Amino acid sequence: MSTDISFVTRSREENWQPILEIALEEVFEIMVGSRVRPEPLSAHTPDREFTAMVGLTGSLCGILTICCSGKTAGAVARAMLGAAAQSQEEVRDALGEICNMVTGNFKNKLAGTDDRCKLSVPTVVSGGHYTVHSMLHGVSITTLVLFEGGPVTATLQLSN
Amino acid sequence: MDKIRVLIVDDSSVMRKIVERSLRQAGIDLDKIFEASNGAEALSSLRENPVDLILCDINMPVMNGLEFVSHAAMLESAKGVPIVMITTEGSENHVVQALTSGARGYIRKPFTPEQVKEHVLPVLAKKP
Repeated sequence: MSTDISFVTRSREENWQPILEIALEEVFEIMVGSRVRPEPLSAHTPDREFTAMVGLTGSLCGILTICCSGKTAGAVARAMLGAAAQSQEEVRDALGEICNMVTGNFKNKLAGTDDRCKLSVPTVVSGGHYTVHSMLHGVSITTLVLFEGGPVTATLQLSN
Repeated sequence: MDKIRVLIVDDSSVMRKIVERSLRQAGIDLDKIFEASNGAEALSSLRENPVDLILCDINMPVMNGLEFVSHAAMLESAKGVPIVMITTEGSENHVVQALTSGARGYIRKPFTPEQVKEHVLPVLAKKP
């Protein structure tokens, strides 16, 4: 009789990558009304004209970011709100909420962490000319999906 | 069911609109919608505008949803008004904390209009 011990022998990156992918897929399917699937990172050029961020603290310490172009962020907001999404403020708000829900969904799928892990309120940066210098040294996982042809990346950086 | 007055509490204006749309999709006849972006604003709104139902996020600046539920329980104009939490905070501990504080229901984000219907209609039916 053999026992599958691959789960415990894989790295956290390998174990958490599919959880992040499912968390992102579910949020897009339920809140944006679109079935998205992970795409190879190498096949697309990520755009970060809009970046939404949610911090995690406690048993998980780090940050989850969602990046996309302004055009894609606008398309996400319109898909969530219909024609009602008019202003840039609503576009930022929509992307921030997507990030908030992906982070919460990811956290809720990790058994045993949710009670001791808190989320920050979302922050959204617009304008892509910036560099993030993270003080975190640990896990970094990224997944990329296409929404209406535009790349949307979700990156989770966690400290050890 | 009569038309109802609802207070939606969420720091995201997008989420407030989505919650309102979900209530309409659930077939709930809305008389008036009041909005607040945190617990403190919600308490001020309740003092002026009595409602039949409150839908409230947890993770908000200034005053979070759990603090709001505790304060609302002491407010005369909010007595007996059902509160349903709608939040990304899906841990069992949060659910227990919210229900112990006086919330009647708990919906995890992301949510479908069907889930809103499933959680909101029973609490409205039980309303005195």
